[in-house]
Amino acid sequence: MGRPRGNAYSGIPRWVVAVAAVGALLVLLPLAAMVARVNWPQFIPLVTSESSLTALGLSLRTATASTALCVLFGVPLALVLARGDFPGQRLLRAFVLLPLVLPPVVGGLALLYAFGRQGLLGRSLEIAGLQIAFSTTAVVLAQTFVALPFLVVSLEGALRSAGSRYEAVAATLGARPTTVLRRVTLPLVLPGLASGAVLSFARCLGEFGATLTFAGSLQGVTRTLPLEIYLQREADADAAVALSLLLVVVAVVVVGLSYRGPAPAGTGSRPARSAGGQGTA
Amino acid sequence: MTFTLDAVLAARRFEVSLSLEPGETVAVLGPNGAGKSTLLSVIAGLVRPDSGRAEVDGRVLFELGAGMHTWTAPHRRGTALLAQDPLLFPHLSVLENVAFGPRSAGVPRKEARDRARHWLAEVDAGELAGRRPGELSGGQAQRVAAARALAVDPDVLLLDEPLSALDIHAAPLLRRLLKRVLAGRRAVIVTHDVLDAYMLADRVIVLEEGRITEDGPTRDVLRRPRSRFAAGLAGLNLVPGTVTAGGLRSGDGLDFAGQHDDPLAPGQAGVAAFPPSAVSVFLDEAHGSPRNSFRVTVTDLEPHGDQIRVRAGELSADVTPAASADLGLAPGLEVYFVVKAAAVSIYPA
Repeated sequence: MGRPRGNAYSGIPRWVVAVAAVGALLVLLPLAAMVARVNWPQFIPLVTSESSLTALGLSLRTATASTALCVLFGVPLALVLARGDFPGQRLLRAFVLLPLVLPPVVGGLALLYAFGRQGLLGRSLEIAGLQIAFSTTAVVLAQTFVALPFLVVSLEGALRSAGSRYEAVAATLGARPTTVLRRVTLPLVLPGLASGAVLSFARCLGEFGATLTFAGSLQGVTRTLPLEIYLQREADADAAVALSLLLVVVAVVVVGLSYRGPAPAGTGSRPARSAGGQGTA
Repeated sequence: MTFTLDAVLAARRFEVSLSLEPGETVAVLGPNGAGKSTLLSVIAGLVRPDSGRAEVDGRVLFELGAGMHTWTAPHRRGTALLAQDPLLFPHLSVLENVAFGPRSAGVPRKEARDRARHWLAEVDAGELAGRRPGELSGGQAQRVAAARALAVDPDVLLLDEPLSALDIHAAPLLRRLLKRVLAGRRAVIVTHDVLDAYMLADRVIVLEEGRITEDGPTRDVLRRPRSRFAAGLAGLNLVPGTVTAGGLRSGDGLDFAGQHDDPLAPGQAGVAAFPPSAVSVFLDEAHGSPRNSFRVTVTDLEPHGDQIRVRAGELSADVTPAASADLGLAPGLEVYFVVKAAAVSIYPA
């Protein structure tokens, strides 16, 4: 098990490596160009200005809240999609995954028509004294909307490759469905859940279009780091570049620290503790 | 106080009636795809039959059919399942795996662990308590899985080929262990190994194409099989046909002289059974005492212990390698199978 390393035959044709290198450059070159453009003497003052720190703080807080919502709603959705068997299941999956391919600005508009002042639920909410649009809540909702599919896709894959045999055995041992979920299913797919949550968090950090449309750009309330960067781009290009680098670094740290990539099929990403040792040793 | 099951599952052409007394262990034998695993899944509640009823000690497991929709969820059935694959929860230690059932039943943590230690000791795996499943050999893992199933003290223990994934060194140990723990316990064990049936079960049922074709004490079924599958397991030639005054006439019109074990009336359906070792092979028709001599065409030769098994259609004979070479046996050769009447048992089908 595990990836071939060192002396093992990899079987990758050289031209594939060459094309892969071009693909990697496509991502790395613009980032390098941006780093080259950074005004280093001014870097620290630029990223520690009040507006920058406010935006960064708001981004981190809203992304954390959105990720929590993604886990709260994404875990049941992934379970229903992976384990359930009901009419309309494929349709439900298609709709849940829609934000992956939808332009975020369209998502923002949709949210506005649902929760905005004149929206479907907005009027009732306003009577109840709640105004969601153009508030920090709206930022969280917009980010959850675009990031939820990342968690659902990642977790549904993990659930499917884990299979339901452990769950069946747990049930015959007398465990109620909730106990099976808590003590068997979730621990088994924890790596998938963690990487899904990290992907969602990263997507939340980068969210721009839906946030701008649904939440606007109020400093300290809805102006997250990407919005701040977009605003600064007109006024102060140096500041925009410095903040962009900050966002890249935050994203790289988050993803690099906790996202370990897709697990080899059927094992989860902890081979030593997972299904790896189940054979006939 | 018994376990009874009647279940029909049309999509899998499955229709089985079964009952078990307390403390009775039944072995389920049958060819692949006969519905053996389906039977266990239906009892465990992992597969829902179209109709039928099951009850254990007065508790209804399911009652399905026209207007009846009683269904007990798997976790309320008291039917622990030990599968071919141990399926130990990889994220829990061995001790926590075995304590899982008692914990799920609401037993306090400490007591559940004590119970787990007891059952681990019972399967000679006490020293494995602190290990992770990934650190166990196949035989160790299956022993722990057995302890885990026993720790819930199931009303019916279900075993699905529990030895078939083990190597030849680990299997005998676990078989002896299962013999010990299954004594006096109600269990259904699916197996393809006649040795499991002999050692572990009080009774055998043979399942073929979703239906029970034989049901009886292990010894009787293997001594006097009525289905070709059980005859194969018992290593006997089995010829179904009609009882005659001195023997049996097969469907192909061959007359077998033999011993009537029971009072039999000519004309009733019966079977003739005889071991391949009682069959001699000749190139020419024999003259003299043996009355059973059949002209057959050799279809296959295969090693069988230190003998050569000569197959000719549904019949087989065992000869020594030397005899096989002397006769020049090869597939396609026409020979005579000769069997003494004294070696042929004839009994009702």
